[in-house]
Amino acid sequence: MNEAVISIRDLHVARGGRPVLHGITLEVPPGMITGLLGPSGCGKTTLMRAVVGVQRITSGEVRVLGQRAGSPALRSRVGYVTQAPAVYEDLSVVENLRYFARVLGAPTGAAEATIATVGLEGAERQLARDLSGGQRARVSLATALLNRPEVLVLDEPTVGLDPVLRESLWATFHRLAAGGATLLVSSHVMDEAARCDRLVLMREGRILAEDTPPGILASTGAPDIERAFLALVRSHATEAAS
Amino acid sequence: MSARVTFATAARVLHQLRNDRRTLVLLWGVPILLQALVKFVFWDQDPIFQRLGAPLLGVFPMTSMFLVTSVAMLRERTSGTLERLLTMPMAKLDLLVGYAIAFGLLAAIQATLAAAVAFGLLGLETGGPAWAVVLLAVLNAVLGMAMGLLLSAFAATEFQAVQFLPAFLLPQFLLCGLLGPRERMLPALEAVSNAMPMTYAYDALTRVARGDSLNGGLGFDVAVLAAVTALALALGAATLRRTSG
Ligand SMILES: Nc1ncnc2c1ncn2[C@@H]1O[C@H](COP(=O)(O)OP(=O)(O)OP(=O)(O)O)[C@@H](O)[C@H]1O
Ligand SMILES: [Mg+2]
Repeated sequence: MNEAVISIRDLHVARGGRPVLHGITLEVPPGMITGLLGPSGCGKTTLMRAVVGVQRITSGEVRVLGQRAGSPALRSRVGYVTQAPAVYEDLSVVENLRYFARVLGAPTGAAEATIATVGLEGAERQLARDLSGGQRARVSLATALLNRPEVLVLDEPTVGLDPVLRESLWATFHRLAAGGATLLVSSHVMDEAARCDRLVLMREGRILAEDTPPGILASTGAPDIERAFLALVRSHATEAAS
Repeated sequence: MSARVTFATAARVLHQLRNDRRTLVLLWGVPILLQALVKFVFWDQDPIFQRLGAPLLGVFPMTSMFLVTSVAMLRERTSGTLERLLTMPMAKLDLLVGYAIAFGLLAAIQATLAAAVAFGLLGLETGGPAWAVVLLAVLNAVLGMAMGLLLSAFAATEFQAVQFLPAFLLPQFLLCGLLGPRERMLPALEAVSNAMPMTYAYDALTRVARGDSLNGGLGFDVAVLAAVTALALALGAATLRRTSG
């Protein structure tokens, strides 16, 4: 395995005065999709914010592509899609994407090409406020794809989308990874786990397990990721009790 | 800073407003209506209209740009687009100067329209040239915008942002000298008014209306207005944090 693209050492984060990440250590390998899975409130978004450098951290170290997370040199190399779509409601789809393309210095035509990637042809001229929730989420996703960043941090990018669209977006993610991009994708839907090359299972601000999907199934003896997760929670609980 | 990003931001803000025609109509139409209203309120007391006309032309853009910008920037913060922009290769000044260009342009149109009506139809007369009034109006608009950007950092909701107008600008309006000479106020109030930007805006506009040259008092007023604008923009930039809790 090549050197890790994202490397996190003993990361502690407190939010609103409460500790939410308790010493996360994690290496994300290049050129593949790493899935970040765990129940609501376990700290997935917080961890991703630390990776893109917008989260104030208590202690520890987060490095991306060999640099400190959030350093200026990374700003055009790391794409981030927030969990809630971040787009201008009073701009059309194409106006949104053209603006972000210019900020990112993406080549001309990037906006139009990316609209096709996320399947928004036909809605280009609609204002973002007039889009459905899933469409708006895809505009937000498209924004991060405009300049083909080396690292993509996607916070629940397929929530609320239909199976056909989800299939096609996951195909896009795999194409990007095959092209050398490194993807960190969060989800709390365990059935998306099988689509990832590697999985990181989180719970209450800690990492429970980290392996390939077959590796996790093998080590827990569970038939699917959901039950593997439950088995891991139980074994940790007994460890803590003893 | 990058000229590409700055101008892209200015164009984006203008696109947003172009998609919001009613705001544009209000922005450009209301000052004209108010100017006409002042004219007709003082229908048979023309000296009062002549005294108020130029200062109102110049102070109005400050108020409307203050409001529009503080809401626009608050939306930028709450919608997550600000956080997104700050993870991109964008300097804070790209954003602030982009806003300043866009709203400066809108204010120039706003002030030109209102001045055209005031001088052309309502019979406003000033000692100094009309373009100087318009120029001061644009400077005031950019100042209002800079203060709006700064204050929006202290508002968590649009309700709060809108309340900053009566809380922050109305006292300045009362004390700037427009309603009564500052020398005749209580000394404490006069001292407070010395620390308020709108006082210098009003003073500059009355001097232009009187036909003063840029030497002396007028030049000082303009320097104060420019300095406060720069200060508010710098403080505004400091409120744009790339990291948060
Ligand atoms: N702005 C905030 N201020 C204070 N606490 C916060 C804030 N945002 C999140 N938290 C807390 O931090 C913890 C982790 O939140 P986080 O958003 O990282 O969870 P998550 O795993 O992304 O959940 P979900 O799957 O629901 O998106 C939660 O307990 C949450 O209540
Ligand atoms: Mg989350």
